Amino acid sequence: MSCELKTEIKNIISEFNNPEESLIAILQNVQNLVGYISEDAVKCITELTGISSSKILGVASFYAGFRLKPIGKYRIMVCMGTACHVNGGERVADTIRRALNIEAGDVTEDGLFSWEEVACLGCCSISPAMMINDTAYGKLTSEKVVEILDSIRKEEATK
Amino acid sequence: MRFLLGFGSCGIASGADSVLEGLNEVLENTEYSVEKVGCNGLCFNEPIVEIIDDDGNSTLYGRLNKESGKHLAECVLKGELPEENKFTQEELNFLNSQKRIVLSGCGKVNPESIESYISAGGYNAFKKALNMGSDKIIEEIKISGLRGRGGAGFPTHFKWQSAKNSVSDEKYVVCNADEGDPGAFMDRAVLEGDPHRVLEGMMIAGIAIGASQGIIYVRAEYPLAVKRLQLAINELREKKLLGENILNSGFSFDFSIMMGAGAFVCGEETALLASLGGNRGMPVTKPPFPAQKGFRKQPTNINNVETFANVSWIIENGGSAFSAMGTENSKGTKVFALAGRVKRGGLVEVPMGITIEKIVFDICGGIINDADVKAVQMGGPSGGCIPKDMLDTPIDYESIAKTGAIMGSGGMVVMDENTCMVDMAKFFMDFTSKESCGKCVPCRIGTTRMLEILERIVNGEGVESDIDTLTELGESIKVGTLCGLGNSAPNPVLTTIKYFKDEYSAHINEKKCPAKKCSALISYNIDAELCKGCSLCSKKCPNNAISGEIKKPFMINAELCIRCGQCIAGCKFGAIKIESGVMQ
Repeated sequence: MSCELKTEIKNIISEFNNPEESLIAILQNVQNLVGYISEDAVKCITELTGISSSKILGVASFYAGFRLKPIGKYRIMVCMGTACHVNGGERVADTIRRALNIEAGDVTEDGLFSWEEVACLGCCSISPAMMINDTAYGKLTSEKVVEILDSIRKEEATK
Repeated sequence: MRFLLGFGSCGIASGADSVLEGLNEVLENTEYSVEKVGCNGLCFNEPIVEIIDDDGNSTLYGRLNKESGKHLAECVLKGELPEENKFTQEELNFLNSQKRIVLSGCGKVNPESIESYISAGGYNAFKKALNMGSDKIIEEIKISGLRGRGGAGFPTHFKWQSAKNSVSDEKYVVCNADEGDPGAFMDRAVLEGDPHRVLEGMMIAGIAIGASQGIIYVRAEYPLAVKRLQLAINELREKKLLGENILNSGFSFDFSIMMGAGAFVCGEETALLASLGGNRGMPVTKPPFPAQKGFRKQPTNINNVETFANVSWIIENGGSAFSAMGTENSKGTKVFALAGRVKRGGLVEVPMGITIEKIVFDICGGIINDADVKAVQMGGPSGGCIPKDMLDTPIDYESIAKTGAIMGSGGMVVMDENTCMVDMAKFFMDFTSKESCGKCVPCRIGTTRMLEILERIVNGEGVESDIDTLTELGESIKVGTLCGLGNSAPNPVLTTIKYFKDEYSAHINEKKCPAKKCSALISYNIDAELCKGCSLCSKKCPNNAISGEIKKPFMINAELCIRCGQCIAGCKFGAIKIESGVMQ
């Protein structure tokens, strides 16, 4: 039984002297490559390092930063921190749920968007806030959220 | 003439990029350029540009955009300082009433240039520390009275001394930059705005305990902080301030960065160490303490970002200058991240001993819309809510602890009469129940049971005995768990029960939410006298719950209404009211 991404994952692992100690960093790199921790990727890591798949999945499922499901091209993280909660973060989540018509953790059919609720992004002073990939958006209202999603859709349509 | 543009996450999210474009359009082909600096803590006014003239006088401009940025640059080139967008005196008080040590470089130095840090006196303390040697450094830290800024307030010199006393060729200095408290963003601002200050503190700790490796455990959610730390480390290496035998002192040191993967419990030392080793971040019993057996089973000293950021100032100015500030048992300054229903949110660094009231009202300008303050939440999910009549509590570890809250890492969320305390308690319990690592049964199952009870209460299904059950469960979780997360998880519930019991009773007995927040216990109504029949609300309503004839009062169908608040945001006449209690 061999895995598909062996070469790529081998390259990632070769950067670390002690794969067992660096398992979290390896998984982070793998996730950047694949988009999530896929079954195939777990198999590869086990084959290449001898770390058991139960240990790998144990670590991957412990940390909120690892996903066991794929994400959209645009990953929306809605902040559920205290300040955002006080200033209406749930409304932001609700708007996104309606606008994309998917639940948290799922991907839109076109693969463009996925969204999730996350712990504090540390942008409390501009709450309510969300991040799309590496960009933070603040002082959100329902209208602003819809505008942002629309502008991404438009940009994608012209590509 | 210098142009400093705030380029922290908050500045970027508020549009610093387009301000930069505006400035650059004008400054192109002139002798001036824009210097990108970190967040100066005046987050409420982002994007911010600071103009510093040749005599060092500074003028601050806020809430800029591309056009106003362009206009500002044009004026400045003509030798004028325009009035538009200039900070008001009141806004400047936000800065002037602070005492900045940890934040002294934020918004002043270019975080992407070591030269900028060095020209502001950076790494002088490190050089001084090389000559002082281990004992003198620890003595100075002891005199300063510095205590851990991560939350627990453990004396820093004590940790350093025990790590020094442990005999080994291999020791580690770890910076806990896994800032996980929702509502706290102090560490992020320092890492993004002045990364060298943290690195310098760690290097001095390295001399003190005899370590040659520094590890920064930083949240992956802070990509800009990670990038700037890496850049700062590369610059240090190029300058030969890292590596073997630094400045021919015989001291060797280097850094590595590890990105956290999103687990609040990893703020706990032993869980952080487990995570560094590639494992699930679960705490273990102490002893052995990390100072004896930490990373790779070697002596390890772990401090938080803010603690390290104080070190270089203490070494340069002396421990007694630091201990001159503050109260008997809490010395120096503390950085707070003000957020929630406060007019001027942002970062505030104040001497210990100042009251909470002074921070919220004198520095941050009070509550949005001049509403009544209800409580201030300190210490995040491990802390508690301090009610209005106790806001004269001074900021020191012991006084805050007496209220039932904790100093915590510095999150301060201000709540007004529209904040429901039961909902707040539920919010924090939801957080800790998700973040519980699952090792101790009272924490794993107890927090879940407490959350279920709170959910019942906000849904209007609470029963009389719930308050007692919550208290009993809370007290047993506190004593029956291993780590700080479990010990403190019930605090938000216990403090709100202590100070806001009548809100719990209103939810349970009267099925009302006094703050008009819990959607199961409120109803939306249109005031027929104020409604002009413009139909805007019915267009905004996502669930088609509002109907009516144009120019006649509209009606809300209570069964269809999901209480999302979109109609209120849209109504220009203030005709839509929220009422506490469900319509019969």
